[in-house]
Amino acid sequence: MNEEYRHLVSEGLWNNNVGLVQLLGLCPLLAVTNTTVNGLGLGIATTLVLLTSNVTVSAIRRWITPEIRIPVFVLVIASAVTAIELLMAAWLYDLYRVLGIFVPLIVTNCAIIGRAESFASRRPLSEAAIDGLAMGGGFTAVLVVLGALRELIGHGTLLREAQFLFGEAASTWKVSLWPGDHGLLLAILPPGAFFGLGLLIAIKNLIDEHRARRAQTPAAAAPAAARAS
Amino acid sequence: MRLDPALRAPLLLGAFALAGALLVAGIHAYTAPRIAENERQVLLRGIHDVIPADAYDNDVLRDTVTVQDPLLGTDEPMTAYIARKQGRPAGVILPVVAPNGYSGPIRLLVGILADGRIGGVRVLAHKETPGLGDKIERSHSDWILQFTGRGLGDPPPDQWAVKRDGGAFDQFTGATISPRAVVQAVKNALLYFQANKDRLFASAAAREPQA
Repeated sequence: MNEEYRHLVSEGLWNNNVGLVQLLGLCPLLAVTNTTVNGLGLGIATTLVLLTSNVTVSAIRRWITPEIRIPVFVLVIASAVTAIELLMAAWLYDLYRVLGIFVPLIVTNCAIIGRAESFASRRPLSEAAIDGLAMGGGFTAVLVVLGALRELIGHGTLLREAQFLFGEAASTWKVSLWPGDHGLLLAILPPGAFFGLGLLIAIKNLIDEHRARRAQTPAAAAPAAARAS
Repeated sequence: MRLDPALRAPLLLGAFALAGALLVAGIHAYTAPRIAENERQVLLRGIHDVIPADAYDNDVLRDTVTVQDPLLGTDEPMTAYIARKQGRPAGVILPVVAPNGYSGPIRLLVGILADGRIGGVRVLAHKETPGLGDKIERSHSDWILQFTGRGLGDPPPDQWAVKRDGGAFDQFTGATISPRAVVQAVKNALLYFQANKDRLFASAAAREPQA
């Protein structure tokens, strides 16, 4: 992988993460993350839309004139979302029913038009594709971690309702940490989403701070520099 | 030849709109039968939950009647399904709305056998509190099963309420409103069935020659 791609991946997954740093697409992020599987499902759908829209916008970037740029992006994104919604309704009907309105609402996820406008419309196809995957991957990771956190605290389980995404065989994947289906209700309710996201952002900032401090001390800087070269 | 830019932009935009519409139309045409089949399966699964599969032998999804009555919890016309075995009425599957849920209406499917006993009740859609009111769902607790086999005489009509209101049905710890709404809605469905039984089954019988 060359340096530019590596940079794009680390930007999408960590440094410029859609959910934790750009704080875009918070509405679906907060709303559907009451279980791990819901988070993963919406994450995958969003990643597919990001990839499709980034690739399409990059492919047509030479034909678009500045004045029709935004309407064309909106058309591309709306078409991609509708197509993916129909495909989900056809093949992942249970998950489609659970995610409900949040699949069509991917259209309004600012992260997607943001990437189209600020990145895909000026870069070659391969970079736009990598960027779409990395940004989508970063968003999915946040959705899954937040979903797992809330499910764990709220229900005491992990991977419940996995069959919605992975088929009947997955109905046994559910891990119960304690008997029954009880937990701290707050975690599943909307405020739990805010607490959870706040916690994740704080942890990310702590890690970044810690890294920055280690990079500053000369002892740690030397081996780090050696590794980088 | 270069197009006038003032013309080029709208033409381009039109071309993109057309391409997008064609793509969506194509995928829609391709997935529509599969989506319709998914919806049919979900409905059929719901019907099997409220009327035993061996209680009827007709194509319930086509043997429908439009019902509209305040007792069903809404003023909107809804579709009821008639179950018959060898042409004789076996039961009816009524869509019922409990309008007084804790956070909005609760949509139910109530199966009533021809003798007035309940074949089963299931919640189709609700917005009750996760962890409390959502125990009305079959996937969260067995609570909804207690209606099966009951009727207006069992318990007597004045006992059709949750225990806190002096009735015969359990509520949940921490949540009385959701069970109360459901019990009330099921009772109303039974009252509706009692009053309209002949009309429901007659319309089904009248439909038979066409089917």
